[in-house]
Amino acid sequence: MTDGFLEIQRLGMSFRDNKGHLEVLRDVSFSLGQEEFLCVLGPSGSGKSTLLRLIAGLLKPSEGQINFFGCECQPRVGLVFQYANLMPWRTVRQNIALPLELQQVPAPEIEKRVDAMIELVGLTEFSHSWPSELSGGMAQRVAIARAFIQEPDLLLLDEPFGALDALTRERMGAELLNIWQGQRIPVVMVTHSISEALLLSDRVLVFTRRPGQITQDVAVNFPRPRMEELRYSAAFQQMERSLRDSLRETVN
Amino acid sequence: MRNTYDLRHTDMPTADPERPTLEFLARHNGWLVLVSLALTVGIWSLVIDWGDLPAFLLPAPRAVWQKFMQMLLDGTLLRHAWVTLYEVLLGLLAGSLVATSLGYALSKSPLLEKVLSPYLVANQAVPTVAIAPLLIIWFGPGVFSKVLICALIVFFPVMVNTIIGFRAVSANLYDLMRSMRATRAQTLRLLELPAALPVLFGGLRIGAALSVIGAVVGEFVGSDKGLGFLINVGRGQYDTALVFVSIITLILMALSLYGLAMLAEKRTTRWKAADRG
Ligand SMILES: Nc1ncnc2c1ncn2[C@@H]1O[C@H](COP(=O)(O)OP(=O)(O)OP(=O)(O)O)[C@@H](O)[C@H]1O
Ligand SMILES: [Mg+2]
Repeated sequence: MTDGFLEIQRLGMSFRDNKGHLEVLRDVSFSLGQEEFLCVLGPSGSGKSTLLRLIAGLLKPSEGQINFFGCECQPRVGLVFQYANLMPWRTVRQNIALPLELQQVPAPEIEKRVDAMIELVGLTEFSHSWPSELSGGMAQRVAIARAFIQEPDLLLLDEPFGALDALTRERMGAELLNIWQGQRIPVVMVTHSISEALLLSDRVLVFTRRPGQITQDVAVNFPRPRMEELRYSAAFQQMERSLRDSLRETVN
Repeated sequence: MRNTYDLRHTDMPTADPERPTLEFLARHNGWLVLVSLALTVGIWSLVIDWGDLPAFLLPAPRAVWQKFMQMLLDGTLLRHAWVTLYEVLLGLLAGSLVATSLGYALSKSPLLEKVLSPYLVANQAVPTVAIAPLLIIWFGPGVFSKVLICALIVFFPVMVNTIIGFRAVSANLYDLMRSMRATRAQTLRLLELPAALPVLFGGLRIGAALSVIGAVVGEFVGSDKGLGFLINVGRGQYDTALVFVSIITLILMALSLYGLAMLAEKRTTRWKAADRG
């Protein structure tokens, strides 16, 4: 975890609208390691999605800097949103193949890699289905497969399981961890679930209400690979409680 | 010019002249259409036989059929139909090309839309039928003026649909494309066009029907060939059979164009069928 991947310094973000301007992020600084899985918790409206959009280069920061070590340009990011955000006119495999088409990977190689990825996320049967024929969980698997297949430099997840039921959500978390074990890339994931954050991440950042600032930066040191049972351990529950308390403080 | 007045009255191109009757026809079984056609012809014959109408008012179905066969065999029908079809297709193509490119630019730039909107509204407010005589004077009675009329009449609905189609592309999908460092051309080819395609085809379908109207109007105003010309000739000679044959050919032409556009729309939007199911 010594190798840095991303460094954010004194980042600030304001939106201008017709009523003046809205400060969304203030003085946010942190760094992200080469293989680090970072989770971001915070109340609604605290600028978490905005932070991800800034890192992805979809927005320009009003203040401060976002630096990537090792690459001059914007790195290639895999983005996963709360809703799968698939192209309805493309089948499951065509959706997963999209990033490779953009990189102009030769067709036979695309086929091979898509096959492998579809199998990894367990959607072989639905390879030729349209997105509208999938359940929420399956659609989100496609979105995750699409993010991973391009072997991105960085993965940004914005409440990826927020629209799923509790059980599906837990299973998807485990599957995500599984894929990530095979492809250790830096991850920034926004979530509203404290236990999900603890189960998946190496580190949790807690944001305040708007304008979002970091109030807590907590290392999560449970050994990997992690199993579902970890949820029931005393250490886990202890951490969960203290995070919940500090999150409650930020809201009040 | 009573004819042109009537046309303008019933077929003013509006932003959304959807034709539910045509869709209704297309969606229903072929045999149902055949039965209704047979019924129409049957009633028509009865009216002729019992009503004792002179042929120059309403020709018997048999007379129309004979006229049709005669014109088909001596080649007049196809020669004139081909001219009209040629004008319709060329006008549709030119009008749609300009409308989609301009519509794309307008969907990207609200400023451009503000600057151009007076002209666009003018194009829509002035019935093309009304300026058809001017166009004939300026560009002559040949094919070119008709193509121009078709293109003008096709332009607005296709452009409006283009703007609607491109504006509706999901912002989240734009973000996705940008996050994967897609180029502008890739975004157009892989996101914007496929997303807007159903709406674009909707515009094309409307445009196809309007283009037929445009060609006939142009031919009414001044021409020496085409189905509209034939109708004018028939009117002058009280040859109603000739008028009927021309009208029926026009209907067939419009229906096939509409059907083709709809078929293309269906083929490219198979995923929509799954959407409903
Ligand atoms: N493009 C924009 N223009 C203007 N205001 C914006 C824009 N994007 C976000 N905002 C505002 O910034 C604030 C923070 O939004 P953001 O989506 O980052 O919050 P969030 O932490 O992700 O919230 P949630 O947990 O509900 O997803 C909100 O008040 C939102 O209205
Ligand atoms: Mg958000």
